[in-house]
Amino acid sequence: MGILEVKGVGKRFGGLQALGDVNLSVQENTVHAIIGPNGAGKSTLLNCLVGKLIPDTGSVMFNGNSVLGRKPHEINQMGISRVFQTPEIFGDLTVMENMMIPCFAKRDGSFRLHAVEKMENERDLIAKAEAMLDDVGMLEKRDMIASSMSRGDKRRLEIAMCLVQEPKLLLLDEPTAGMARADTNNTIALLKEIKEKRDITIAIIEHDMHVVFSLADRITVLAQGTPLVEDTPDNIKGNPKVKEAYLGETQQV
Amino acid sequence: MLGLNKKDTTFLLIVIALTIATPIILQPFAEGSELAQFNGGYPDLMQKIAIFGIFAVGFNILFGLTGYLSFGHAAFLGIGSYAAVWMMKLLTMNVIPAILLAMIVSGLFAAAIGYVSLRRSGIYFSILTLAFAQMSYKMAYSVLTPLTNGETGLQLSLDDPRILDGAMEGTSLPVTNIFGIAMNSSYKLEALGRVFTFNVGFYFCALIAIIAFYVAIRLFRSPFGMMLRAVKSNQQRMTYTGLDPKPYTLAAFVISGMYAGLAGGLLAAMDPLAGADRMLWTASGEVVIMTILGGAGTLMGPVLGAGVIKYLENIFSKINETVLHGWFHWLPDGIEDVVIWVFARFTGEGWHLTLGVTFMLVVTFLPGGLVEGLKRISTRIKHGSQKRDKYDDPDPEHRPEASKHVA
Amino acid sequence: METILLQLLNGLDKGSAYALIALGLTLIFGTLGVVNFAHGAIFMIGAFCAVTLSRILNWSFETIDPEKLDFLGNPAKIKTPYVEAWFGPEFGGALIDWAVPLAILFSIPIMIAVGFAMERGLIKHFYKRPHADQILVTFGLAIVLQEVIKYFYGANPISTPAPDAFKGSFDFGAMLGFDPNMIIYPYWRLIYFGFAAVVIGAVFSFLQFTTFGMVVRAGMADRETVGLLGINIDRRFTFMFGLAAAVAGLAGVMYAPILSPNYHMGMDFLVLCFVVVVVGGMGSLPGAVAAGFLLGILESFASMNAIKSILPGIDQIIIYLVAIVILLTRPRGLMGKKGVMEE
Repeated sequence: MGILEVKGVGKRFGGLQALGDVNLSVQENTVHAIIGPNGAGKSTLLNCLVGKLIPDTGSVMFNGNSVLGRKPHEINQMGISRVFQTPEIFGDLTVMENMMIPCFAKRDGSFRLHAVEKMENERDLIAKAEAMLDDVGMLEKRDMIASSMSRGDKRRLEIAMCLVQEPKLLLLDEPTAGMARADTNNTIALLKEIKEKRDITIAIIEHDMHVVFSLADRITVLAQGTPLVEDTPDNIKGNPKVKEAYLGETQQV
Repeated sequence: MLGLNKKDTTFLLIVIALTIATPIILQPFAEGSELAQFNGGYPDLMQKIAIFGIFAVGFNILFGLTGYLSFGHAAFLGIGSYAAVWMMKLLTMNVIPAILLAMIVSGLFAAAIGYVSLRRSGIYFSILTLAFAQMSYKMAYSVLTPLTNGETGLQLSLDDPRILDGAMEGTSLPVTNIFGIAMNSSYKLEALGRVFTFNVGFYFCALIAIIAFYVAIRLFRSPFGMMLRAVKSNQQRMTYTGLDPKPYTLAAFVISGMYAGLAGGLLAAMDPLAGADRMLWTASGEVVIMTILGGAGTLMGPVLGAGVIKYLENIFSKINETVLHGWFHWLPDGIEDVVIWVFARFTGEGWHLTLGVTFMLVVTFLPGGLVEGLKRISTRIKHGSQKRDKYDDPDPEHRPEASKHVA
Repeated sequence: METILLQLLNGLDKGSAYALIALGLTLIFGTLGVVNFAHGAIFMIGAFCAVTLSRILNWSFETIDPEKLDFLGNPAKIKTPYVEAWFGPEFGGALIDWAVPLAILFSIPIMIAVGFAMERGLIKHFYKRPHADQILVTFGLAIVLQEVIKYFYGANPISTPAPDAFKGSFDFGAMLGFDPNMIIYPYWRLIYFGFAAVVIGAVFSFLQFTTFGMVVRAGMADRETVGLLGINIDRRFTFMFGLAAAVAGLAGVMYAPILSPNYHMGMDFLVLCFVVVVVGGMGSLPGAVAAGFLLGILESFASMNAIKSILPGIDQIIIYLVAIVILLTRPRGLMGKKGVMEE
């Protein structure tokens, strides 16, 4: 029984069957990659997991509880954090404030009117946030306005914001999309380090095969809304069905 | 002091000092001198600045922090005034219960209106708040006449019960007071050829304004304030961080509605009548202008904006052609006429033209408002004409001392 | 039955004005992405074009008629408008009488010029700024325009009559077989409705059937892509601003006989028209027109005595009430598109 169990999930947009019949089981403390050509339904699947979309059929169980019908913030409180394709951070706030917000969310739940408390009295949270920033090597940038940083740093910050919540499952949506090679390599290194050091399950959607093969324990290949095959990276590399799915795409383009 | 860091404390102390000295500062020119028209009208004007300062500070908690632009905030100001006058009619002329009721009632209205309006964002939210405010205004004029006294406005009358004050004597209407001290009493001091007036009403308003300002500082610096800025910055990230933006925004809406109610209550405490005009959408527009002109999202901006607008309104509307003639009589006749004609368009009746032009200029060239303007000037002075690099953020409100959170 | 029909008709002329202004607002919003709070002021300027033309045509010189005496016993001064002196009393008199319809021709170039000047001089610089900034700067502009008009024309409403030929009323009731004088409707309001229908039809067919219109519609759907195609979309958008200004201006010209123009009429209409646009759905042209008529007619029905006796004061708040209900049940208005103006 995996930490995330997706059973028979289907989703239609008008006449388009975006997801057919998706079954997926992500095991605890593994890195599970979901790959597939454009339009395979990767993003739709991810959105079904975090509550942005509600699937038409099927069930999504996380840690034995259904996530369906819950709002994104409730699902996050269950222990799923999401990293977006383009880094979603609080651009107008400082790096440190960006870190403090998830700390408060983790401790106080989805709403608390802490209007009379003072920031500097939250020593535990500050220490936690600083330790996390130190882990990702951004401590010296803590007073910078987040939007003024490079894309790589924004990504790093976003991952740190997710990790500081100590999620059971971290979802990554093409974390290296549009990045320079150096930034991509840094991100891979960071993710590897996270995988080794922490008890965390990671589900990653990725285009870049280099990233996938350097991180994943299991790979699911999605094509036209249904899982084509699920296997270890080594077996996936030689699988003719996978090649066909990708080649088919190149021919269309 | 009082849970503020050093910089904020200094800031608050400056505001307090300025307020206490207001009667002196705003009376810089000797009575009867040529420049006397620049003296602030006192105490009426000063009270207005304090009251509208409170209104704008409250509006800024919603708009400046969360970015939700309400175009109907005057409704809460009006509701506060009505509630306060009713308290004075029914219970007592003491202003304290009146003001408390004003805040409670407008808080309740804000909770109801906010709950509905905040289901939408962007311009849809602005229009919903505008619609609610216009509805309140029209209803105050028509259906709710028993409560609001329609066009005449709600006033005191001799046969009001006033349970706590006991039987009325005489035929004149009672005046508002605080534990027996009348709001309109004042102490006059003549010195250096000037008359300085110390008015109870003004100091009462000023005290409340300082408390309101202090609360706003604490709120800006609190984790709650940070969450509100997070709402403005990225709601998507907020929900995916496990936070629900709705209750945060609603709390901000209610708090700012209560500030507006407080301001409305104070207006009634200074002059016990309430009219539907206070809820008109132009009044809502005015508080938006004050906040933007001063600098939305900054602490000092709204106060500055309210002060500048109310002061200029007062001064500009007093200047007429005779006054202008007095100023420019040294110019050659033809030129004098032209200069006077131009100035006359912007003063007296033309005050709104000045307001419109100023507003356009500020929004176009100084989006951060007067506060940003002052900062640019001080940066210029400190660093000479040295070019600023792009990470050099001019506005410390947007980077509130993250470093100081950790001792 | 008669009253219902009458209220329906009464709603049409107000609804026409709402629809015309809302159409212009939506054109500007849809093409330029700008929320224009000065649009009401354009409507007002249009109305004052009618006032101005009527004044120009009435410019008179005085002659002294020694044969007639005024009440003080002095020789009477007779005012003769120049147009009457030049073109003879009949044609000249007709010109004066027809000042409002003539003002349509007179106002089109003026309104387009006003629109161009606004777009090039001010709005252009606000395309990339937040919507709040656009609202605020156009709000400031509206105040300025309003004050300028107030300076030149004073604060009092200026009565601007329709031509004599349209002064009467039309007895609808008699035509449809009801009792005479049950449903009477002023000719001018009927003309206003017809005029509005023509203008709306013209704008829609312009957008539908010309290449220019096609590019503009494409631009409304996806501005960046059309920009990439190498089409000079900015120049076309400037033109759209002029067109929107002309539509609002014409709405104002023709409205002058219905409501004597005053300097704050623009703001009064603007607030309502924003409600109309939002109810119709931000960025949807048919939505704006539909919502304009819908709200105009509802407002008229709510002012029926039968309804007012059940729900006192409903006529005052109906528009806002409907707006609130629609926005809460249909988040993007009647015909709005997803993702417009929601940041």
